[in-house]
Amino acid sequence: MTIDPERAAIRLGYGLSPRVPPADTGFLLDSVAQATQPDGWTATAATAAHLAFGEVRKARDEGALSAEEYRAEVQVLEGQRLDAFRNRLARAAGAPAGFGERLVQFWADHFTVVAQNPTQHLMAAAFVDEAIRPHLDGRFGAMLFAAATHPIMLIYLNQNASVGPNSRFARRRPELHVGLNENLGREVLELHTLGVGADYTQGDVRELAKVLTGLTYNPRDHRRFRPQVVEPGTETVLGVSYGDGLPEIARALDDLAVHPATARHLARKLATHFAADDPPEALVADLAAVWTDSGGDLRAVSAALVTHPDLAATFRQKARQPFDFVAAALRALGMGAGEILALDRPQVRQYLLVPMQRMGQPFGKARGPDGWPEPAGDWITPQLLSARIGWALSMPQRLVEAFPDPRAFLSTALGTTASEALVRAVPRAENTREGVAIVLASTEFNRR
Amino acid sequence: MPTRRALLKTAALAACSAAAHPLLSTMTFASAPGESRLVVIVLRGAMDGLDVVQPYGDPALRQLRPALSAGPEGGALVLDDFFALHPALDALMPLWQAGELAFAHAVATPYRDKRSHFDGQDLLEAGTGNDLPIDQQKGGWLNRLLQAVPGATAETAYSVGTEEMLILSGQARALSWAPEAALALSPQARLLLAEVYHDDPLFRDAALAAEEIGATLTGKTGKGPGGDAARLAAFAADRLNGGTRIASFSLSGWDSHARQAQVLKRPLGDLATAILTLRDGLGANWARTTVLAMTEFGRTARENGSGGTDHGTGGALLMAGGAVRGGRVHGDWPGLGEGRLYQDRDLLPTRDVRAYAGWAMRGLFGTKAGLIERTIFPGLDLGPDPRILA
Repeated sequence: MTIDPERAAIRLGYGLSPRVPPADTGFLLDSVAQATQPDGWTATAATAAHLAFGEVRKARDEGALSAEEYRAEVQVLEGQRLDAFRNRLARAAGAPAGFGERLVQFWADHFTVVAQNPTQHLMAAAFVDEAIRPHLDGRFGAMLFAAATHPIMLIYLNQNASVGPNSRFARRRPELHVGLNENLGREVLELHTLGVGADYTQGDVRELAKVLTGLTYNPRDHRRFRPQVVEPGTETVLGVSYGDGLPEIARALDDLAVHPATARHLARKLATHFAADDPPEALVADLAAVWTDSGGDLRAVSAALVTHPDLAATFRQKARQPFDFVAAALRALGMGAGEILALDRPQVRQYLLVPMQRMGQPFGKARGPDGWPEPAGDWITPQLLSARIGWALSMPQRLVEAFPDPRAFLSTALGTTASEALVRAVPRAENTREGVAIVLASTEFNRR
Repeated sequence: MPTRRALLKTAALAACSAAAHPLLSTMTFASAPGESRLVVIVLRGAMDGLDVVQPYGDPALRQLRPALSAGPEGGALVLDDFFALHPALDALMPLWQAGELAFAHAVATPYRDKRSHFDGQDLLEAGTGNDLPIDQQKGGWLNRLLQAVPGATAETAYSVGTEEMLILSGQARALSWAPEAALALSPQARLLLAEVYHDDPLFRDAALAAEEIGATLTGKTGKGPGGDAARLAAFAADRLNGGTRIASFSLSGWDSHARQAQVLKRPLGDLATAILTLRDGLGANWARTTVLAMTEFGRTARENGSGGTDHGTGGALLMAGGAVRGGRVHGDWPGLGEGRLYQDRDLLPTRDVRAYAGWAMRGLFGTKAGLIERTIFPGLDLGPDPRILA
C-alpha cells in the first residue's frame, strides 16, 4: 500500500502546513525539480570573499585597519553565513512539498563538508548550490564528481595537499618532501561510495589517492587541475586500471558510483534515513536494484522510495533531526518562506541557529566527514530533548504573531496522526503557550 | 555509522534496574564501589603518538619526519634519554615531575588495516577483539566494568558531554549529561508530557532522566553542546567528588592530515586543560584518580607531503592521576628503522592498549583477571603487570 498524503508529508517532506494541503506522491516528486534551482552561492564569489578578507587581515596586521573595523568585516561574513542558513530553512519550511529539500539535506549530509573559517562557510553554501542541488534528479556519478572535486571538499579532506610522490613537482623539489594525502581517497571509498564494510583494501585507498592527484583548489589560480602534481602511470582500483588526468578521475568516480557495493550502501543509507533506523531489508534490496538497473539514476531511486509500501509500514520509526524539527515547527506554525526570510540576523541567530546547536545539530558543523548520526537514540537524549522542549516553550511566541489555539494547532501540525494521549493532554494545558509546546514536544511531532 | 549508533538507542537510556544485571545479582548491595576513580578520555580522530611522545632516541625518526616531531631540538620536553614530550603539553610537565603522568608507547587496539576512524573508535570503545564483526559488538567496556563494580548505581558512572559514548553503553545504567540545560516546564505541563511520552520508552526515559539530573545540578551553565575541555572536566570532577567513580568524555580534533604542527596545538591544549582541571577540581580525590586518554589508532610514521600524517596503527596511551606511578614511558619499543614498521608505514604495536586499562581496573576496583580477559575485554591476554599504579 502506498503511503497516504498526510503521512507522506510527514515522512518525506517537512510535515503538515496550514497553508497547503498534503501532497500526493506525484507532487512530492515534482518538488525535486524545484529543489535543483540554486540559491545563488558560488565558489567564484566565495573565492573573491576569501581574497578580499585576506586583504582585510593584512590591513589589520599592518595597522591600517583598527580592531573594530576588522571585527565589522568579520561580522559581514558571519552575516552571510546566517543568510545561507536562513535561506536553507526558508526553502525547507516553505516548499509546497518538501521532499526535494529533504533530499538536499540528505545528500549534503552524505557529502559532509565542514567549514573551518568564515569564508569557507560561503564555500560550503556554494557546495550545496553547485555540487548537490543540480544533481538531485540526475546521475549519482555526476553528483559524486561535483562533490569530490568541489573546492570545499578539496580543502576539507586535504586533497589540496596531496602530491604524487613521483610527480614532476615532487621530483623537481625533493627538499619539500611532498607526498600523497590519502584522506579524500579513503573517504570516497569508505563514506561516499562503497561503504566501510565493502571489500576494498588499504591498497585501493592508496591507488585511488594516486588517481585523484592533480585535483586542486588555489584561490589565486582558477585552474582546478595541476598536471605537475599528478602521480604518473597506471593505478588499479578494485581491479580496474586508470591513467592520468581529469577524465580518468571522472571515469574512476563513475565506476565507483555504479559499483554494486555502492548501490547497497546508498540504498541502505536512504532507507535508514527515510524509513527506519533498522530499515526493512525488502526496501533496501528494492532501492539497490533500482540503483543498479538505472546506473545510479537518482530520479528513479527517489521514485522507488516514495512509492514503496514499507514507507507506510515503518511510520514514526525515525526521529526528526533538529534541522527537520525546526523546519517542521515553523511550517506547522504557518510560517512561509517569506516570513522566515524576513527575520533579521539577530533573530535568526537567537531563535533558530543557537537553539539548533543546543539540540545537538549546529548548522554546517557535523563532527566528521561521516555527517550526522541517524538513530533516534542519538537525538532524543535527556540533554537534547530538554533543548527541544525549551525551544517549544519559548520560541513559537516570538516567531508568530497570531499565536494558534493549541487544539487547532494539534490538528494543523499532526492531522489525523496524533495519539489519543496527546489529544487528551493538549486541551488540559495551563495556557496556550504550554499547549502548543506540548504538541511540538510530543513524540508524534518529533518522530516521522 | 548506523551500526554503532543503533547500539546506543538501547544502551544509555535503557534504564534497567540494577538488580537485573547478571553480574550484580549475586553481589551484595551493602558493598560500595570504593574510593578509586577512573576517567577515560576518548581522543577522537587518531592522535599521533609519535608526535606527542617523540622517540627522539630512535635515529630513524629524523629520516621519517624531516620537519615534524623534531625532539628536544624542536622544543620538545625531555622525558628521558629516549622520549620527549610535545611542547604543547608543557603544562603537564609538573605532573611528570611529580610522578603523576606516564605513557605507554607502541600500543593499539586489535583494530587493523582499514584505518577507518569510525570503526576504529567503535572497537576502542567496545573493547572487544576482531572475533566479532564490528557491527555486532555489544556495548562498551566501561559499562561491562561497571557491571562488575560492587554496589554500583546509575550514579557510579557518568558520560559527560553531548557526544554519545559507546564506551559506557550497555546493560548497566549510567548517567549522561552535559554541563548545561534545564527543563522549564510548569508542573502541569510536565505531567501532561509524561502522559504523552508514556508509551514511547525513548522519550519517556530521556525526559525522566532530564528531570532526575536537572534537579540535582548546581546551576552551572555552559556555552554550547560539547562545551570546552575545561567545562567537561570540571563537571566530571564535580560528579567524581560525589557518588561517581567512573567518568568518560571525548576530545576531538586529532585528525592531522595537514599542517600538523598547527593543527595539534588546540587538541593538545584541550587535553592538558582537561587533565589539570580534573586535578584541580578533584582536590584530595586526585590521589585516588587514574585518567586514561586513549585514541583509536596512531598515524603514519612518515610525515606526508602536507606537513601532516595519515591514518596509522600503533600509537600512545596517556595515563595521569595521583594514583598513577608516573614519570615513565612504558612499552617495548619496536624501532622505526628499516623493516621495523607495520606494513612499512606505521609504528608496530607491541602491546594491546586494553592490557593497560585492564591492569588499571585490577588495581582500582579489584576486578578479577578472568573477568577482564573473558568479559570486559574478551580475548585479551593481560600479560605481565606493567605496574602502572602507585
